[in-house]
Formats: sequence, structure tokens, C-alpha cells
Amino acid sequence: MTTLTPDLSALATEPERPGLLDVLEAEAVHIIREVVGELERPVMLFSGGKDSVVMLHLAAKALWPAPVPFPVLHVDTGHNFPEVLEFRDEAVGRYGVDLHVASVQDYLDDGRLSERPDGTRNPLQTLPLLDAIAEHRFDAVFGGGRRDEDKARAKERIVSLRNAFGHWDPKNQRPELWHLYNTRRRPGEHVRVFPLSNWTELDVWRYIAREDIALPSLYYAHEREVVERDGMLLSPGDWARPREDEHPTVRTVRYRTVGDMSCTGAVPSSARDVEAVIAEVAASTITERGATRADDRLSEAAMEDRKKEGYF
Amino acid sequence: MGTSTLTPGREAAPTLLRLATAGSVDDGKSTLIGRLLHDTKSVLADQLAAVEDASRRRGWTGELADLALLTDGLRAEREQGITIDVAYRYFATAERSYVLADTPGHVEYTRNMVTGASTADVVVVLVDARHGVLEQTRRHLALAALLRVPHVIVALNKIDLVEDPRQVYADVSSQLLPVAEALSVPVPAVVPLSALHGDNVVRTSAATPWYQGPSLLELLESLPPGRDLPRDRFRMPVQLVIRPQQGARDAAHVDYRGYAGLITSGAVAVGDEVVVAASGRTTTVAGIDLGAETVSRAESGLSVTLRLADEVDVSRGDLLGSGVVPTPVQTTSAVLAWLSPAPLREGARVLVKHGTRTVHALVTAIHERLDIARLTQVPTTSADLNDLVRVDLQFAEPLPVESYSSSRDGGAFIVLDPQDATTLAAGMVEVPGRE
Repeated sequence: MTTLTPDLSALATEPERPGLLDVLEAEAVHIIREVVGELERPVMLFSGGKDSVVMLHLAAKALWPAPVPFPVLHVDTGHNFPEVLEFRDEAVGRYGVDLHVASVQDYLDDGRLSERPDGTRNPLQTLPLLDAIAEHRFDAVFGGGRRDEDKARAKERIVSLRNAFGHWDPKNQRPELWHLYNTRRRPGEHVRVFPLSNWTELDVWRYIAREDIALPSLYYAHEREVVERDGMLLSPGDWARPREDEHPTVRTVRYRTVGDMSCTGAVPSSARDVEAVIAEVAASTITERGATRADDRLSEAAMEDRKKEGYF
Repeated sequence: MGTSTLTPGREAAPTLLRLATAGSVDDGKSTLIGRLLHDTKSVLADQLAAVEDASRRRGWTGELADLALLTDGLRAEREQGITIDVAYRYFATAERSYVLADTPGHVEYTRNMVTGASTADVVVVLVDARHGVLEQTRRHLALAALLRVPHVIVALNKIDLVEDPRQVYADVSSQLLPVAEALSVPVPAVVPLSALHGDNVVRTSAATPWYQGPSLLELLESLPPGRDLPRDRFRMPVQLVIRPQQGARDAAHVDYRGYAGLITSGAVAVGDEVVVAASGRTTTVAGIDLGAETVSRAESGLSVTLRLADEVDVSRGDLLGSGVVPTPVQTTSAVLAWLSPAPLREGARVLVKHGTRTVHALVTAIHERLDIARLTQVPTTSADLNDLVRVDLQFAEPLPVESYSSSRDGGAFIVLDPQDATTLAAGMVEVPGRE
């Protein structure tokens, strides 16, 4: 009888090819260069968090020895860790890029937004972001989102269209073919661009190690006063006051993501340098958002709902 | 800045393999992907807990959890129990990292398979052991052949549900021979497996003692990523001309002039002669930069900046190559996979993006629709959503296209709507310059 049992020994050996990080870097650089080549007014979201730092490093590499030809934008929740904001300002100076800040606090102060009952401000970032895009007439917004972060992000294109309201329609996405990106859009529309789409958390860390990229100190193990809430270690501050039954304790922790202090948790860790972090991430059995982001636990489709409204 | 003698392959491993899946909901595709993720330890505790929880709420009573829920990410899909768009998943072994494009298998979602297969090194086509090779299987194999995916594997799923698995395996194998012959492609390898139980997905299973071959993952681990051009045919579409002048981050670079792009095939080394496709002008490579690092040689797949020995007229949209470079042409015949709900008519004015150049184009003729499942051609003068049609195009400016059969990168283009900016079609060049 005929069978098509595969024979591994018959497969030819290939000459050496670029390794994984080289390929991911080349793809990200290619995406950044396409946007610079085809669009008038790009902007890069930059919070000082590790993914945005890697993205800015890639932009600098893509254009070297010319400067990065676009500004960066931080949508500031007002709940940011002071050391991350310091790092943000220092990095912006180092790369020689202009920084725009869209402040959620301003919107709360003048009543355009109001606090949520749960105190988290991440969902409140959408309106200031869309206003900043409209005000500066940005036509492309680079984001550090990765497809491995969330089920809804897994469906995201590398170059993703947003309508005049900033909305994402997951059922009506443009097909994305080969490495040919369609960056065209109608007036009022813009594209979100995700150069790190195909990177995983481990890839990001390995790249940080390979390129010797500086990060805010709280990505590495340090002593911090935390309270345990819903299985997460939160940093008590003005925005996450310990409740009656919570007792702050000093623990050795690090952050896997840095976001809104009120809903970004630390993890117990003794990893004080990048190699130790890589070993920890490689051995981790909890995804980075699941461990640390209360806002993604809100519902099974939390991220999808926020993305549709224009969140990044 | 040290000069290294190699490409910056600072890591020998792992490599990246891009894979796409094709098959229908009922073939158990999402379950197979869930199984690949689960058994390679790529599903983390919190994801699995969420899936177990969701499985229970949906009345799942089987072992483990409904692994399909790992990949069916969007609310509408979970409600309908189908996959409505391409989703990308990641899993890794010590050898390799995988980017997996999960493409829906219904007829109306052909556009998604074209999307997933366009960048794939390998397509895994699912076949339900209870049904054997169906018209849909032939369509998936034909699309993979049309898109020139270097490797195709048939995953014969639900092998645990048939009476005589060995006979079914033999029957499916023999059904594939004429299909492959008609498509002029190598006969795909067939792996009998059970996504539900995990047999032969990551590890070979005692449940199929009659099968002596590798598991699906063992096969994926050993595939060479595809190459489509001889190594000497260097190609790099120019994305940007980098001339910092007074803006240079370092005063040493005020006179810097470099041509930035992704090497789509072949390799380039300092001292190589390169040709500008548009003008035929030749010059030599004076230097290769990867960011601030200088290298002596760079391979296909890397983004580089080339410094050239002479001041040549090169700008974004040009193609640099070595050896025989394609002559720019103003007409070509091509196959279009029509991806828009609005039909295509002869005389349509469109935009074509090829490499880094976008030009206006005219669809001068639509010849026939390809029925790829039956391998027949039907004369037509229009194309509807998901149709594959052979057309003639006229470009407003010459493009250095190559036939898709000789180069995936040199022969691929996308068709855009000049009015509403949507992506209308995937295009594959057949014969450049045909009137």
C-alpha cells in the first residue's frame, strides 16, 4: 500500500541562517522604515516601559546615523511610578526625540473624564490618546503591543487601520500579505503600527540583554512595601490605599510590566540583572498580563472591548 | 565599531519558522493548535486556568479542557464556536520559535488562508480521518501550491475515531498522489494524529504502532525554512535613503549616504557589484551597516543599510540586486486572489504595491477564473470575493517584477483601491512584460 510516511533523514541540511533575534529585529526595522517612507506624521507611543524602550531602540537603529524623525507620545495616567517617569525623560533626551504628554489627570480635572469606581485609569487613556492624534494630525501611531499578550491582540495586524473615531473593527480588517504593508488611509483615519507583533516576552528580554538596553530600575529585583490584593502585590500609594484588612509588608519584588500603579502588580523575585530575569521568564508559568494586570481580568473579552474603542 | 566577519548571527539557534494551518472548524484545527501550544509548554498556568474555567461554563466534560478556546479569541467566535479571522500564536522549543497563523477554513474565508500562507514556510492542512480528502482539502493544497509555500504537511486528524486507521492512512496517502501531480508539487508528508488526545502531535504515540514516522512537531523541527532563489541572486528593495547631513547624531556622519532595506534574497558582501534595476547602473558595495555596527556580509532576511562606492541615483522604490536583475516592465500577466466584496471589472483603475514602490495600474483584461479545487479554468470578465483570476495589468510606471514562480518576493504584489485605500487583492506575477 502507498503511504506518505515522512522521512526526516531525507531533509537537506540548510546553510546557517540569521537567528531568531536577528530575524525579529530585521522585521521590526523593516516595518519602521516602511512607515517612515510612506507616512507624513508618525508618532511612537513611549511610556518608559520595556516594550516601548525596545521599540525606540529599534527606531534609532532603523534610521542610524540619522536621528529618529518623529516625536514620541506618552499617555500619562497620573498613576505612573516616579522612577519610570524619570527614566522616560532621560531616555527621550538620550535618543534626541521630542516628547508629547497627553495627561489623563488634565481630563479628570476639567471633567472631560471621571474616575472609575474601581480606581483603575488604564481604560481612561483612550480619549486623551485620540485627542492627541487629532490635535497633532498624526497619521501613524507606533505601539509596542505584541500578539502573544492577549487573545484579541493575536488577531491584530502589523499595520492596523483605525477609523476617524479611533475604532478597531476586528471583523473587518485588511488582509496583510507577504511583507507588503498597506499604510494608506482616508482623511481622518490613521494606522496603528506594531513592530513587535511577533515578539514574545522572552524575545524582548533576550534582545534587551543582547543589545544592552537600559530599563527603569523596577524591572529588576528591589525591596518595596507592597500589599497583597487579589493575589497581586500592589504598591501602596496615593492611588492604591491599603484597605482595612490589608497590611503592607516589605518584599523583594520586580515588575514584569509597568503601567497604572493602581492595577499593576509586582511579582516576588530575586532577579537583580537581565540574565536572572531571562532565567525567571523562561521558567515562568504565568503570563505577564495574567500575573500583573488587574484590568485584563475584568472580563474574558476585556482587551477586545477596549481595543474596539480605540485603546492601543 | 568592530567589524565582524560574519553576519551578526550571535546566536546559532533558535531559528524562526512561520507556519500556517488550513482546515475547517470541524477538522479540529483549533484543538490541534491548542494541543501544540499545550504540549510544548507554551500555555501558561493562568491561560490554562481561564480556558478550563470557560470550558466548564460551556459544559465541556472531556479530559483537560477545550483547548480550542486558547485560540478562538474574539467574543463573536466564542459565541458562534467558529474562527473568523487570522490569529497569530507563538510557541517555542529549544531548537526553534514558531509563528503560527491560524487561518479559518471555510470557503468564504479563502482570503484568510491567502494571508496566512503568503508568509508561511510551511502549511499544515488538516484532514478529518473520517472523511478523507475532500474538495476543501484540494482547495487548501492548491492555494498552498499557488502561493508557493515551500513545505506542506497533511495532518490526518481524529485517527482515533476510525475503525481501520492503517487503511485510512493508506487511502488518504494514495488520494493525495494525483492531487500533488496535478498541482506539480511534491507529495505532502502525512502525519496521523489525534489533536484531542495528543497522539503524534508533539510526541509519537503508542496508539498508532503501525506508524513509524515522526510526530508533527518532530517534522516541523527538521524542516529547512524555504528559500526561493539561488543564493547568488541578491535582491534588496530600497526603503529609505539615509542622509542625515547636519542632523547626524554624530558629526562624523554629516556626509553619510546609505540605502536602507530588507534583503529579500541572496546575500551581499563588501566589494560586491550591485545593479540598480531601474537604470541598469552598476556600482560596488563600499560598506554594510546594521545600525551603528559595520559588517562585511549580510544574508537574506536582514535589514541593512548599504553604502555604495559611487554616487548613483537611487531612491525609495528602487531595487538593488546582483547578477541578472529584472528589467522594469509596464505590463504583466498575473493571478489575483480577489479579497474585496466589491467585484473587479475589466478597466478598473487600481494601485499596485510591489517591493517598496506603489504605482497606478489598469486591469486591462480579465481572462479566466481558476477553479483550483477542480483545476479547471472558466472564461470570465469579472471577479468576486475569493475568486482567483488571471489578468493583464498595465502599470503607470515600470516595475521590476519577476515571476512569482521564481521568487515569492520578486513576484508578489498587493492591489489597493485608490479611492478608499482598502486592500483589494493579492497578486502573483506570471509572465512579466506580456502584452
